[in-house]
Amino acid sequence: MEIKIQRRILEKNKSDADRNRAFFKEKQVFVLNMMSSPGSGKTETLCRTLEKLMPDIRVGVIVGDICTTNDADRLSVTGAKVTQINTDQFGGDCHLAAHLIDSSARAMGCDDLDLLIVENIGNLVCPAEFDIGEDARTVVLSVTEGEDKPLKYPLMFQVADAAILNKIDLLPYLDFDAALAVENMGKVHPGMPVFELSAKTREGFEPWLLWLRTRVKEKLG
Amino acid sequence: MHEMGIAQQLVTIALDAIPDDIKNPRVETLNLRIGKLAAVVEHSLSFCLEVITKDTPLEGAELVIEQVPVCLRCESCKHEWQTDTPAFGCPACKTGQVTLISGREIEISSIELADD
Repeated sequence: MEIKIQRRILEKNKSDADRNRAFFKEKQVFVLNMMSSPGSGKTETLCRTLEKLMPDIRVGVIVGDICTTNDADRLSVTGAKVTQINTDQFGGDCHLAAHLIDSSARAMGCDDLDLLIVENIGNLVCPAEFDIGEDARTVVLSVTEGEDKPLKYPLMFQVADAAILNKIDLLPYLDFDAALAVENMGKVHPGMPVFELSAKTREGFEPWLLWLRTRVKEKLG
Repeated sequence: MHEMGIAQQLVTIALDAIPDDIKNPRVETLNLRIGKLAAVVEHSLSFCLEVITKDTPLEGAELVIEQVPVCLRCESCKHEWQTDTPAFGCPACKTGQVTLISGREIEISSIELADD
């Protein structure tokens, strides 16, 4: 006997994400989901971003890691409100699911925030699959990785609204072809803005900051 | 890498779907639809299911996966097409935003119960 079901297996995560979206709307906070592979420089890019955005924009950060509070410690120096999620207590999950964001965001309280940035776990596969109720997604790629990363992880670059190409200060010392990397991102996601910058030297940040400020303003009015 | 979580949700949904009036139900087949772009590894999912369905009506059930192709639509010229490569630009007008119509599915379509 066959029993028809027709249900999405991740529907629980989707309903949790929808609840988050409603909460963020009520609290009038823009939520950015920041993803990348490990070591692409997400935390450093965020530190530089927070320095520029604050205090005009009030920013909070939820940081996901399998273990350690190292990233949260680095981000706290900027003065932003920071919450760390360690997924090892949940079995070392490789992504942040919507219910984890729900509990962290509520515990953090979002009344005094304009922008909540979720620094996802370093992984180009799983986080792309899990909606957390965010308004926008950014993927960070660094020039010490391969130019073909977008082609190897197409879902991540497809679901991203913008990409950052980080560590461009290292280009003179590498064989990395930045134009090819940008072209590959365009193949997977035509029209996606790509911001080439260096979190270390702080060059190239203005177009990225303008994009983010504009998106926040669009939501908050 | 997140196949265990998917397997757990799948088991919950499948067990819920078994009618209460069936005595000693045994599920022979789990029919799924998985998009080609979805981040799901079939043998990992199958391994996770094997582990967590022990001593349940789902123990030993065969996993049958229908692969859903990646289909896109161009929002500028409305062209729709299917692709097997991760180059998602519109082949007709070469410009414009594309929308993914299919390829991200992670769905259960049915379960098949043993007749005995």
